Amino acid sequence: MSTTTDVPARLAEVIGSKRIVAAAEELETYAVDGRLPGAIVRPVSTEEAIEVVRFARTEKLAILPLGGRSKCEVGMTPDRYDIALDMTGLREIAHYDPGDLTLSVDAGMRLRELEIHLKQHGQVLPLAVPCFESATVGGSVSCGIDSALRLQYGSVRDFVIGAEFIDGTGQLCKSGGRVVKNVTGYDLHKLLIGSLGTLGVLTRVNFRTYPLPAISGGYVACFGNAQEALVFKKAVEKSGLPLANLELFDQRAARMIHAILARTEEASLPELEREEWCAYGSFEGSEEVVRRIGGELEKITRESGTGHSRILEPAEDVVLGGMLRESFEWLRWGAPATLLCRLALPEVTEKVSTELSQLAGSLGLASAVIVRAAGIVYLGVFAETENEEAITALQKMATSAMAIARSENGHATLLHAPLMVKRSVVGANLSQAQTGLQQRVKQAFDPSGVFAPGRVVGGI
Amino acid sequence: MPACSERHYSEVVSPSGVSIPAPLLREIKSLLGEKNVLDKQEDLLLYEFDGSVEKGRPDLVVFPHTTEQVSKIVRLAAGYEVPIVGRGAGTGLSGGALARGGGVMIVFARMNKIIEIDVENQRAVVQPGVVNLDITRAVEHAGLYFAPDPSSAKSCTIGGNVAENAGGPHTLAYGVTTNHIAALELVLPDGEIVRVGSKQGDATGYDLCGLFVGSEGTLALVTEITVKLARKPEAVKTLLAIFETIEDASQAVVEITASGITPAACEMLDGWTLRVVEDYVHAGYPRDSGAVLLLEVEGLTEAVDGQANAIHDVCKRCLAREVRVAKDDRERDLLWKGRKNAFGALGRVAPSNYVLDGVIPRSKLPQALERIKEIGKKYGFNIGNIFHAGDGNLHPIVLYDPRDTKQFERAIDAARETIRACVEMGGALTGEHGVGMEKNELMSWLFSDADFALMRRVHDAFNPNSSLNPGKIFPLSKGCGEIRIRKKESAGVEA
Repeated sequence: MSTTTDVPARLAEVIGSKRIVAAAEELETYAVDGRLPGAIVRPVSTEEAIEVVRFARTEKLAILPLGGRSKCEVGMTPDRYDIALDMTGLREIAHYDPGDLTLSVDAGMRLRELEIHLKQHGQVLPLAVPCFESATVGGSVSCGIDSALRLQYGSVRDFVIGAEFIDGTGQLCKSGGRVVKNVTGYDLHKLLIGSLGTLGVLTRVNFRTYPLPAISGGYVACFGNAQEALVFKKAVEKSGLPLANLELFDQRAARMIHAILARTEEASLPELEREEWCAYGSFEGSEEVVRRIGGELEKITRESGTGHSRILEPAEDVVLGGMLRESFEWLRWGAPATLLCRLALPEVTEKVSTELSQLAGSLGLASAVIVRAAGIVYLGVFAETENEEAITALQKMATSAMAIARSENGHATLLHAPLMVKRSVVGANLSQAQTGLQQRVKQAFDPSGVFAPGRVVGGI
Repeated sequence: MPACSERHYSEVVSPSGVSIPAPLLREIKSLLGEKNVLDKQEDLLLYEFDGSVEKGRPDLVVFPHTTEQVSKIVRLAAGYEVPIVGRGAGTGLSGGALARGGGVMIVFARMNKIIEIDVENQRAVVQPGVVNLDITRAVEHAGLYFAPDPSSAKSCTIGGNVAENAGGPHTLAYGVTTNHIAALELVLPDGEIVRVGSKQGDATGYDLCGLFVGSEGTLALVTEITVKLARKPEAVKTLLAIFETIEDASQAVVEITASGITPAACEMLDGWTLRVVEDYVHAGYPRDSGAVLLLEVEGLTEAVDGQANAIHDVCKRCLAREVRVAKDDRERDLLWKGRKNAFGALGRVAPSNYVLDGVIPRSKLPQALERIKEIGKKYGFNIGNIFHAGDGNLHPIVLYDPRDTKQFERAIDAARETIRACVEMGGALTGEHGVGMEKNELMSWLFSDADFALMRRVHDAFNPNSSLNPGKIFPLSKGCGEIRIRKKESAGVEA
């Protein structure tokens, strides 16, 4: 068994020193929750990545596969972290059939780069995840983060059609395929979504792509309180209007957006400065469709209470839509000590949103709530200093948010928190039986525990 | 091709070799009552078939009413090392619900309650024996429906749909079963009752719902399902595009797909098939045409109008003789009646038919149909085509007489070559019918030893003794990641 210190040298023997980095300042940039890897490996081919996995397996070292490293803190701190396997060197489009709207792309491809490529063919991959500029295909799939376009296109599980990955035995495996409808064998690729690198190293992901809409429209409405905003949301859902995105956000979230926009001098959106609750809707289609949806939304707003609304200018729409896609990013850096939770609930009620804000208030903390369609709530809780008192308050908040989610028949995930807080809420959401099932999957994919041990809640 | 011996389908049709130990039978009868247990040969015979060309007779058929009963049956059977297979309505097309290794068949027909309907949040909680269409019937008053619509929707059960990850014509726009399942309650092969997924739909940890849906009853038995309900669109338009040749029709599908139009459904019937259907159903398909496309667009009125026009233009460009739009619901229903009763119609012209299920990239549709024609010629069959063209899901139909063994074998060979052609074009073995015991020996065309090794470890993680639905999905032939069927479990199937 290697000691962590000779890992770089031993790795260099396996795949050559050009691919290995062990300089302290570089290791620093691969830290996960403050934990540094023993070495960084940057393979440029699947074969090299396989060699690294086999080496790690033999040497009983722990690997964490990484992409753009924008969301490393999603998930628990790995128990061991010997090798950072940086997959950004694998960035080819392996196969693209625009006529079939199917795509097979290396895991290290950046989403932005892919977007540009697909756009040339009038198509899009509706994976609107935060940190879009730096995020990779593999990282976005692995971290399981929400897409802002899920209302229309579904989440990533709805348009991933296959994958290739290295399992824990160092074998290249695949599941699914490159066709849009396929029930051949187990859907193992679904397990890799949100698996945080614990089941395998994604090398390639197959997607179905979608035609770019002719035009899109954006809409903002303002309400005096959460209740009115939620009534509006419900009415929009009942109307059956096909929106690409629908989000509600409270005053603090609105002001945070406003402050960022003021700094960057992009569109100003004055309503963000003064309103209690705002709603944002985006929609796509032909000119007639976009006009119709805009009109209907205005009508629903009028009927929802005291709300007022307007259709956004295209530039404003791009800015506000982009800000909401990135809410994970600006919420987590919203204060020196921030707690960011994602709640998935069958129904988002006024009771929940009020309860969360009041709870934060009672602990002397500020909070921001964003309600995304499909039952997702992003809750940011902010403490101005990271002292003991703040940590205790944030811990209480995290535990309560989890409890509230459970009592509403849903669940909550911690996306960002001071380390002390993160460690204190481990496993809060899974029953013993469920953890047992997860362990069976982990054991099947990675029998010797080479991948990111401890990353998944429950110590998996 | 990997060197694993491929056996003919007919060879694996085997009588069951398991005898049910008397104490097991006694215990199951005392658990469920006599009326929920079948053990006479004449009764068991009825359960040796499904919609496929396979056979596999159970030794005992049981009808539980509750999850706890299912769990107890599973525990009891496990105690005697007797295999178990779950079954819904038995409409499957790949032998997924056949007792290949004999043993106890758990039929979910009497677990058929709709437990909860949550109109506000578009969810329903149902037992596995609920018939697919009955979910829609129960919620349509609220403007909702269950989107996956297999052709057997009137009789197939949701439990079977989950096991097979069933599709249907309208999955083109809305996705297959897996896209509409939020949570499951399961009974594992050791009798443990577990829940995966959530009512909202997103997983905590690994997406186990995504694994279990489509696992063909080889990992667990599904005892309760939380489905997502879709909202009925405000407008629907059904079009019938009539072509002189199948080549023109398939070119139209390629161009519709490539131009970014996503119809809710896009079905093709070739000339020969549509004539057989027309003679039986009188759906209004022109008998003298080479192929028709049955297309549907749904959504906002404005969107539907725009899409219908775009489809009309593409079809005309691809030399459609005519593009008709159904004037009203009656016309629309009639057009669909032709599609949905097609297999019944084919029953009039041959003693039996073998419906194949392959998938190809949609851009390859013209080549695929050409290839099927050649294969038909080679084996002396007139292969009909009636299929989900929009997602490249082919259903060539081979008509044959099962009493003619030679002809049946030729049909099997033609089927195999057709599926092989799909794989060579970059497609897959099955789009919606499942692997089951129909295609398990073909799996090595797509999967490597490493793929099998992993799939098998996942299988064994949940079903370590292969006591649940043995002999499915994995090739039985040695060296191809086979799942053992113990000699004890079945005398007729090779280990």
